[in-house]
Parts: sequence; structure tokens; C-alpha cells
Amino acid sequence: MNNDTQARTHGVPVGVRRTIAYIVLIFFSVLCLIWFYILLINSTRSHAEMTRGFTLLPSTNLVNNWISLINGTIPIARGFINSIIVSVCTAVLTTYFSAMTAYAINTYRFKGRTAIATFILAIMMIPGQVTALGFLQLINRMGLDDSIIPLIIPAIASPVTYFYLKQYMESNLPLSLVEAARIDGSGEFRTFNTIILPLIKPAISVQMIFAFVGSWNNYFTPALILHTDTKKTLPVLIAQLRGADWLRFDMGQVYIMIAASIFPVIVIYLILSKYIVGGVSAGAVKG
Amino acid sequence: MGAKKSNQNVVKFNRWGYIFLIPFFVTYIIFSFIPLCSTIYNSFFENYRSGLKQIGPNFIGINNYINLLGSPEIWKYLVNTLIMWIGGFIPQIVIALLLAYWFSDPSLRLKGQRFFKTVIYMPNLIMASAFSMLFFALFADSGPINQILMNIGVISEPFKFFQYVASSRILVMFMNFLMWFGNTTILLMAGMLGIDSSLYEAAQVDGATASQIFFKITMPILRPIFIYVLITSLIGGLQMFDVPQILTNGRGNPTDSLTTVIMLLNRYLTSKDVGRGGALSVFLFIVTGILSLIVFRMNSSEDNK
Repeated sequence: MNNDTQARTHGVPVGVRRTIAYIVLIFFSVLCLIWFYILLINSTRSHAEMTRGFTLLPSTNLVNNWISLINGTIPIARGFINSIIVSVCTAVLTTYFSAMTAYAINTYRFKGRTAIATFILAIMMIPGQVTALGFLQLINRMGLDDSIIPLIIPAIASPVTYFYLKQYMESNLPLSLVEAARIDGSGEFRTFNTIILPLIKPAISVQMIFAFVGSWNNYFTPALILHTDTKKTLPVLIAQLRGADWLRFDMGQVYIMIAASIFPVIVIYLILSKYIVGGVSAGAVKG
Repeated sequence: MGAKKSNQNVVKFNRWGYIFLIPFFVTYIIFSFIPLCSTIYNSFFENYRSGLKQIGPNFIGINNYINLLGSPEIWKYLVNTLIMWIGGFIPQIVIALLLAYWFSDPSLRLKGQRFFKTVIYMPNLIMASAFSMLFFALFADSGPINQILMNIGVISEPFKFFQYVASSRILVMFMNFLMWFGNTTILLMAGMLGIDSSLYEAAQVDGATASQIFFKITMPILRPIFIYVLITSLIGGLQMFDVPQILTNGRGNPTDSLTTVIMLLNRYLTSKDVGRGGALSVFLFIVTGILSLIVFRMNSSEDNK
């Protein structure tokens, strides 16, 4: 109450400011959601219905569109499977090995520890695109061109995930626990797998989601590596829609394909949003 | 004696640090460090295909760099990239500041914060290529946006969004804005919530208005986070690729005004112009290296505080 009167005497009343805040917030929420609403509506409508104009209400052709997409020339089901394989493997490898790296830096006091920690921090911001040229040559020489393996294995070294997990360990992992495990005769590797990993589960799950989504959405590298249609991931297949003769497409198929690649992530996000939104600030801003 | 023994034990344990670092470093060296070196090495060679004929590889020193930086192409694309980045970044930081301020203002006591944060962060997780494809379909000449605009009588015939430089660029900026303003809001909010609330109370007791509190207290304290957001966004902006690539089918039209630096790199990579691609990669490596050094310095100077 006291706050309210204070604010009222010195500037715009708090009630007015609150109303403005709500209006602006609702405006931007609508601005974020409207595209997905149109997408949802249009995926339920047939090509013919769409040429007649836009309607606010869905139609009944969702299943028809899906069936014609599955039976079409784009191997969408295959793309789905490829995307899931790549993203799940990436998420698991990234988090497991980043946790291992973070554990090494956090727990052990070995020679060159600070130098190594600084080095990883320094390479964190280097974008993957600048090494793409050498990467492609390497992949060719290894005979891994047109394969999903080079999209998965490099995920073992992920400085960003490492950084987040190290921050988390610093404040949430008592070293006395490691000592206790040693006294009980647990090997270092076993301690890490059976005691440390379960303890940092919250951080691991957040990073797993980020790694999964990042890999699911990745377009640059897969587009350069994958050439055979049946090996392509979803983003590459979607880009192919744009490359082909646009006007000849059944728009119902186009919309349902976009919807199919967007909505899985939205569903995961809505279920886990509490952890994700918290994870954004925890990882990125160094307090 | 006993102390010495346990000390030796700790040293023995500490060797495990190296073992646990092996997967990271082996992977990093193979898939990032060696590629980086070979990229740099290749940038000194003339090595491309001209029709069916393979030219090179011939060592040509820094000629690739001279050609790259001497041609107007790269500067044009750099300007394109920066224009589209700035056009997305300015509204993004303004709106993010405003929303973050409202979210963290205790006197407003906004309800449904979780809902709003969830919604505004969502576009950040959307597949950029699918999002671009969606926008391309929605803003197509016969797409729903034109249909709606014609229905409500704003325009009488379809507006060709992708035929004009301004409207195409604005669409890219708008998409960048949509994808990133929620993320920035959350980052700034984390910084604002860290501000000691007694500062606000003291200011209110002294009779400061909401806008005075914002500009005299919140902004100065937020400066480090602000710079962090600015530079990381710039690094991200220089990597802009998915949205303009898919919106323009890799051509950057109209009149090459949507081509970004990474799209140029992508052209070199797909046409196997190894020398020029290498020079461009090294150029980008140096630019992002300098930018990340600034972020890095900021982080480590905060550590020393």
C-alpha cells in the first residue's frame, strides 16, 4: 500500500502503469503466437480451401494433408527418424561428456588446471562455421561424407554445456562427497557415474533439452554434409521445399510439414518450460 | 609421515583430472582444432573448380585475402548482415529492457509472469528453417497475410513482400527480433533481480519517479549485462544464415541485398572454392575472436571483483 501511494505522488500511478504493462505484454504474446495459430489453422485446410482466402476456424483436412505428405516425394518419415536419432545422440553425448569435463575441472587440482579452464572458456564463442571448411575436408577424408555420424560425434566437445555444468557444480556439488566416496573405496570413474551424475540431474536435464533443440534445429552443417534424401534431417528437407518449384506445391502439405517439425519442440517446451526458462538465465549470465 | 602419504594420495587422485579431460580434448582436436588449422592452411592456396577444370592447389600467399577484402562483395554482405542485425537488435533490446523492468518491478506485482515468459521465449526454440519457411508461405503473394490485408481492405492487390529490398529486410529483422527478444528479456531480468532492492526503496523514499529509478539506478547497474548481450548478439548476428538463406532460396534477392557473410561462405563451401572459403573463414574467425575476447575480459574482470 505504502508503495502505491509513494508512486502516485511522484509520477504515473501504479494502476495505470500496470494496465499499460499488461496491454504491452498481451500484444507481444499475441505477436509471438499468431504465426503458429495461422500455421495450425492452415495445416487443417486443403490447398483449394486456402486459395479461397484465410479463415479463423480450422477445417477438416488435417489427416488428409498428413497422408498426402507421407505419400509424397519428400521422405518426411525418414527425416523425422534421422532428426530424432541425431538429436537424441547429440543430447546424450553432449551432456555426459560435458559433465565429465566439468567434473574434471571442478574436482581435481592438477597441473595446468586453470590454463585448461581458461582455454575452454576462450574457445566457447568461436562459431562452428569458421571451421566448417576444414571440417568438411576432414569428413571427406574419413569417408564420412553423407553420413549422420559427423553430426553426432563432435558433440562430445561442447564448451557451452561444459561451462553451464561447471557453474552448477561449483555451487551445488560438495567436494566432501567425493572424499567420502573415496574412503568407501569407490573408484573415480564409478563415483562420477553413480554418485555425481544423479546429483547434478537438474542441470543435466536442462542442458539435454537445449542440446536436443539445438541439434533438432541445426541447418548449416547437415545441409553441407547430407546429400541423399533418405539421410537428410528435417531442416534440410524443409529447405528443399523452398528450393523446388514453389507454385506447384500443395500448400496443405507445406503447412503440415512445417507444423510437424515445429510442434514437437513446442510440446516438449510447454511441458518443461519451467526448467528451460530458468536454465536460460542460469547458464548465460555469469553472476 | 601420515600427512605426506595422504598428500601423495591426493596427487594420485588428481591425475584422474587428465583422464576425464581426454574425451573433450580428443574430440575438440580432431573435429575443431585440426579443421581450423587446415582452414587457415587452405586460405593460402588457389584451389577451385572452373567448369570441369580443377584449378590448383597452387600456393599464392595472401592473395586470397587481398582478393577477398579488396572486392566490394564482402563489404556489401557485411553491411547487409549488420543492417539486418541492427534492425532486429534495437527493437529487441528496447522491448526486452521494458519487459524485464516490468517483470522485476516489485511495485507492479504483475500476474501471469510465468505464462508471459514462456510465450515470449518460445520463438527462440523454433527451428529457424521451418520458421522462415512458414514466413515465406504466410507472406507469399497469395499467402494468408495478403489475403487478410485484402479482406480488411488495406490493399486492393497482393503486396509482393519479397520483391522489395526494404520489405524483405524488414521481414528478416522482424523474425530475428521475434526469435531473440524473449531470450534477452530473461537475461536482463536475471540481472535486474540481482539488484539490491534496498536501492529502490531508498530512491522511492527520496521521491524518485519510476523513470528516474530506471535511468539512474537500473541502467547503470545493468551496464555489464547490457554489453554482454550486445556483443553475444553481434557474434550471433554475424552468423546469420538460416533465415535469409531459406527466405531467398540462397540467392539473397532482391539484388543480393539479403545475402549475409555466412551465405557467401556457404556458396564457397558448396562450390568447393577452398581457397577463398578459407580466407573468408579466417577473416570471420579473427572478427569473432576479437569480439569474444571482449566478452571474455568482462567475465574474468568480474571474477576478480
